[in-house]
Amino acid sequence: MFKRFALTATLIGALSGAALAAPDSDAKEAVTTFALDNGMQVVVVEDHRAPVLQHMVWYKIGSADEPVGSSGVAHFLEHLMFKDTDTMKSGELSATVAANGGRDNAFTSYDYTAYFQRVAADRLGLMMKMEADRMTHLRLSGDDIATERDVILEERNMRTENNPRALFSEQMNAVQYLNHRYGVPVIGWKHEMEALDRDDALNFYHTYYAPNNAILVVSGDVTPEEVRTLAEKYYGVIPANPDLPPRLRAQEPPQVAARRLTYKDVRVAQPYVSRSYLAPERDPGAQDQAAALYLLSEILGGGQTSVLTDRLQFQNKLAVYSGAFYNGVSRDDTTFDLVVVPAAGVTLEQAEAALDDTLRAFLAEGVDPEQLDRIKLQLRAAQIYERDDVAGIANRYGRALAVGLTVEDVQDWPDLLQAVTAEDIMAAAREVLRPEASVTGWLMRDAQEVTQ
Amino acid sequence: MKRLISVLLLIFIALPAAAEVKIQEITSPGGITAWLVEDHSIPFTALDLRFRGGTSLDEPGKRGAVNLMTGLLEEGAGERDARAYATELESLAASFSFDSDPDAVSISARFLTENRDQVMALLHDTLHAPRFDADAVERVRGQVLSGLRSDAKDPNEIAGKTFRAMTYGDHPYGSAGEGTVESVTALTRADLVAAHRAVLARDRLYVGAVGDITPEALGALLDSLLGDLPATGAPMPDKAEVTFEGGVTVVPYATPQSVALFGQPGIDRHDPDFFAAYVLNTILGGGNFESRLMTEVREKRGLTYGVYSYLVPRDLASVYMGSVASANGRIGEAVEVIRAEWARLARDGVTRDELDKAKTYLTGAYPLRFDGNERIAGILVSMQMDDLPIDYVTTRNDKVNAVTLEDVNRVASELLKPDQLRFVVVGQPDGLESTTN
Repeated sequence: MFKRFALTATLIGALSGAALAAPDSDAKEAVTTFALDNGMQVVVVEDHRAPVLQHMVWYKIGSADEPVGSSGVAHFLEHLMFKDTDTMKSGELSATVAANGGRDNAFTSYDYTAYFQRVAADRLGLMMKMEADRMTHLRLSGDDIATERDVILEERNMRTENNPRALFSEQMNAVQYLNHRYGVPVIGWKHEMEALDRDDALNFYHTYYAPNNAILVVSGDVTPEEVRTLAEKYYGVIPANPDLPPRLRAQEPPQVAARRLTYKDVRVAQPYVSRSYLAPERDPGAQDQAAALYLLSEILGGGQTSVLTDRLQFQNKLAVYSGAFYNGVSRDDTTFDLVVVPAAGVTLEQAEAALDDTLRAFLAEGVDPEQLDRIKLQLRAAQIYERDDVAGIANRYGRALAVGLTVEDVQDWPDLLQAVTAEDIMAAAREVLRPEASVTGWLMRDAQEVTQ
Repeated sequence: MKRLISVLLLIFIALPAAAEVKIQEITSPGGITAWLVEDHSIPFTALDLRFRGGTSLDEPGKRGAVNLMTGLLEEGAGERDARAYATELESLAASFSFDSDPDAVSISARFLTENRDQVMALLHDTLHAPRFDADAVERVRGQVLSGLRSDAKDPNEIAGKTFRAMTYGDHPYGSAGEGTVESVTALTRADLVAAHRAVLARDRLYVGAVGDITPEALGALLDSLLGDLPATGAPMPDKAEVTFEGGVTVVPYATPQSVALFGQPGIDRHDPDFFAAYVLNTILGGGNFESRLMTEVREKRGLTYGVYSYLVPRDLASVYMGSVASANGRIGEAVEVIRAEWARLARDGVTRDELDKAKTYLTGAYPLRFDGNERIAGILVSMQMDDLPIDYVTTRNDKVNAVTLEDVNRVASELLKPDQLRFVVVGQPDGLESTTN
């Protein structure tokens, strides 16, 4: 339904699959990977149940790579990638996909930008031909620029300006990241979006869109040999960009002081407390701590039997909702997030105090081994369920490779999760859940609003 | 010439894609009917149960009872309180989901083959012996009330509420199934028990199953899971009277972007012209990027991120709706363009080229829906609720292709009613005022 969505990609849960405890060979993912001579990585995920496939190209470039002052240009370019090239008219790519019975879209996040089509399996060559064309031949005539800038401004209106929770979240990120571009919204600050122009988009495009900065991910009714043949024909002929800049970003300093913010808005009906901690991400060959943090998030807020839910919703009835989130698929320092939505009559002070009491008690008492076993069991089962969703597997590989992880890292991850011990989780919790390294935010009704 | 070849190839490919979905109708020894797609390639099953009537079965004064009851099914059953229930479900590595809408209560389950019997025993108690414990009722009631308070300040929800009330009046379709703060606050345990008794009955049950299960195993499963449900539930509500008066309703709300819903009378799912209307809507605003509304409102003018139109053929009424959102200073122009497109299509119809492209898109996109056991299970119950034949999957594209230019343009002139098109705009729209008529 949504065309060219942005922003939410970092919140899409990396639902990790896992090898079965008593593995049967069928349970292995049908994944093949290789690279073209020009450096383009290729991932093929086979599923021959229906004659359809998904074709994706991921660029290792996102909003956190944007030049200072041009926030939103990665996402703006994503929109403009559907405009005219040397051989295609504006809108022709999507129209051609539709005329072939397919659907297409794209999305942008901090670390990557991806384009995809879902079509009948025999249309792969046509999709590659068009995607390869816009990798290097985007033209952008004048008229499209101003109109499409209005579209992204309306997109920001819809996602952010009209939504106090989104505005609050934007402020939380800005406070969390002092120095890193993760503190700037993917869609961009409004005043900078308004100033984006053709040169901004084309400079970004010419700098970063190249086969040696891209990953091809094809999933569905296709063989690796077919993908290789077509990929060499369409993408293999595009020369690598020898001047591709290294991915250098200003990094966060260690956080040494707790930070707080309050965002008030008359449109808020349900106040809540949000807490984030700077946390390490998954790194190539070094994912152990991230695995422990992922399990920590499940233990604290992953479901009806989680620590926060049990204590805040079931025992002391102070919350209508609570949760914990950790996304380790990130190029640089990520966050570990907690949220508590207080029950009627409970203040934000009380909700925050209850959150901190719960964390203190957890750090003192440790992990319930039965809960940990249940979570690991569910992770193993998730791998079986995930085979029903090859597009999900394709996304998992695309996202991981785009942030710099390797195929091996992706394939090691399920076993790493199973190997995490209660001690690992507590060590990670003690390192990350430090009060002086926290950001606490209150989303509140504006004081003028006294009803309810 | 090139395009014609691609069209023919596509049809050729689409048919085998559809034929892959081999639907069997099975009747259990106890007389329960289900549609099944067997697929033993992955050792799990997706099961979808749907009970017709949904939130429209709320008793007068008990608005929100069916919704709250549905939300409480996973909050304790049989000997298990809410926490014991959640622990058991997690230990089985299965997942259940519960949902209610104006036409149905839906219960979906996903479970591994290796512990299917244990999962079904839990689901049996879920359906037959929900506890509605006092603390669980208060907890979930608190969640519903929190949601209702948030809805009251969400421009999309405000637009939906206003549009429903104007369109359907006192009929259940005219109000939110979640109820109101007042009605939900007043619900008692007895109301929830009554809602449970009204909805979960065999005379309104539809079943779809997909995955690693044989017809014999499914038949036995259905009898033990559902065989002792009551034979009959509450009587179905009457059809809704739909009224539309063209014009604009502005709901003032301080937010930068106005949100608009628009609508007019629709067309029944079983109307002989439904397919022509479906193709027509694809051309007007049916969600792909090439629609007239997307082209005119977004691509040419940059007035919005998305504009859509959709047929809403429900059990008890059918409407034709759409949605758009634009900055307060620009929504007036968006409304004007949409209204003009509505009138132009009613007056001039579509071109042969537009019709051909819409057909190619619809027939090619159809197989893409069948992507996974859970999606397919949902499609199987929807087809049964819509009273479609079991071979519909293999004939549906033929029905799309059979729509002629004359059909579409006749339906365009008959169905589209620009003078009845009503806009509900929530925001501070420049230059738009409520019209009274």
